[in-house]
Amino acid sequence: MRTTTPAEDFVRGIWKENPVLIQMLGLCPALAVTNTLKNALAMSAATFFVLTCSSVLISSVKSLIPKEVRISSYILVIATFVTLADMLLQAYAPVQHKELGAFIALIVVNCMILGRQEAFSSRNTVYRSLLDAIGVGIGFTIALVMMGGFREILGIGTLFDIPLFGPNFEPWVVMVLPAGGFLMLGFIILGLGVFEQRKKSREAAAA
Amino acid sequence: MNDQTLFSIFFSAMVVNNFTLALFLGLCPFMGVSARVETALRMGLANIFVLTLTSLAAWFLNTYVLENAPYLRIISFIIVVASLVQIVEMVVKKIAPVLFRQLGIFLPLMTTNCAIFGLAIFQTNRGYDFMQGIVFAIGAGLGLTLALVLMASIRETSELSDIPAIAKGTGLTLIIAGSLSLAFMGFAGLL
Repeated sequence: MRTTTPAEDFVRGIWKENPVLIQMLGLCPALAVTNTLKNALAMSAATFFVLTCSSVLISSVKSLIPKEVRISSYILVIATFVTLADMLLQAYAPVQHKELGAFIALIVVNCMILGRQEAFSSRNTVYRSLLDAIGVGIGFTIALVMMGGFREILGIGTLFDIPLFGPNFEPWVVMVLPAGGFLMLGFIILGLGVFEQRKKSREAAAA
Repeated sequence: MNDQTLFSIFFSAMVVNNFTLALFLGLCPFMGVSARVETALRMGLANIFVLTLTSLAAWFLNTYVLENAPYLRIISFIIVVASLVQIVEMVVKKIAPVLFRQLGIFLPLMTTNCAIFGLAIFQTNRGYDFMQGIVFAIGAGLGLTLALVLMASIRETSELSDIPAIAKGTGLTLIIAGSLSLAFMGFAGLL
């Protein structure tokens, strides 16, 4: 069944079916480690790596995996790559590794990654799965960078540790606390809702 | 080794570092099955059960199997969690078919429930011993149940209130969760 073109596979995950903002998958890392932009980027990079590698590997061996144990097999593949990502981060970015802590290991249980394997890589060619994984990975990165950027700017008044507002800025401390994660994602989603509604009413007016 | 008292572990896992509201673990069921108080309560109880079993299994693995191979931790934990969830699923299907239907997809999804896997990882990172692990698991489970039930009761009430059309659904749920999380921050000074 070939209903989409490769270009569509790639673009789809970036915005229209954005894993975090539209499909609400992978919320745990999107909320937990996005208190600064740096942490958000490190998390996105690790997730991107795991997602792309698992998608490529699973789509290339999909005919060898028995249907009954496919979920367990996907989880095992994902867990292997997460272990790799964990070790790589520990070796090359020890500061970030310490900041993210247990949340690196928790990439294993990111529903977004398992979801892509079940919904896409297990029935499509390696090339298309790669495109799909990169698209979804970019979408995930966009969402995390939005969260991390806004929360760091409002909560600490800096971006990439560079102060933005001068000494008189009173930081909104709540934004870097857990509650701020929920509130920020809630406001982003409400904002998108307003945007969508405007678009719909404009289309209705045009038609 | 960790020398926290059992009470402080229990209390910290339950309210101060509530798994859902402070650590963002187990958000999928938090959003998914928090529409009705009764379902939320049952989901919470199922979670306590699986969490306690996971804690036992993780402690056993850490002490007897993984001593010399810490790099196999993530892989072995996920296998243990997956098999445990499978067993619980079969048991629930057999003895409580109604509950099984109510929980629906969220029961098998417990495999990818960060709370369960996160518990095993946190317990290992903090070096809890056997008793500490069990207390940690029960506290975390009660905390999850508390958050689920609170959320479900607020959502049941808000269904009848007049909410702007765009705010209905996920956006509102997240803002409510944010306010709950703010309220739970009040417990932070207790320990």
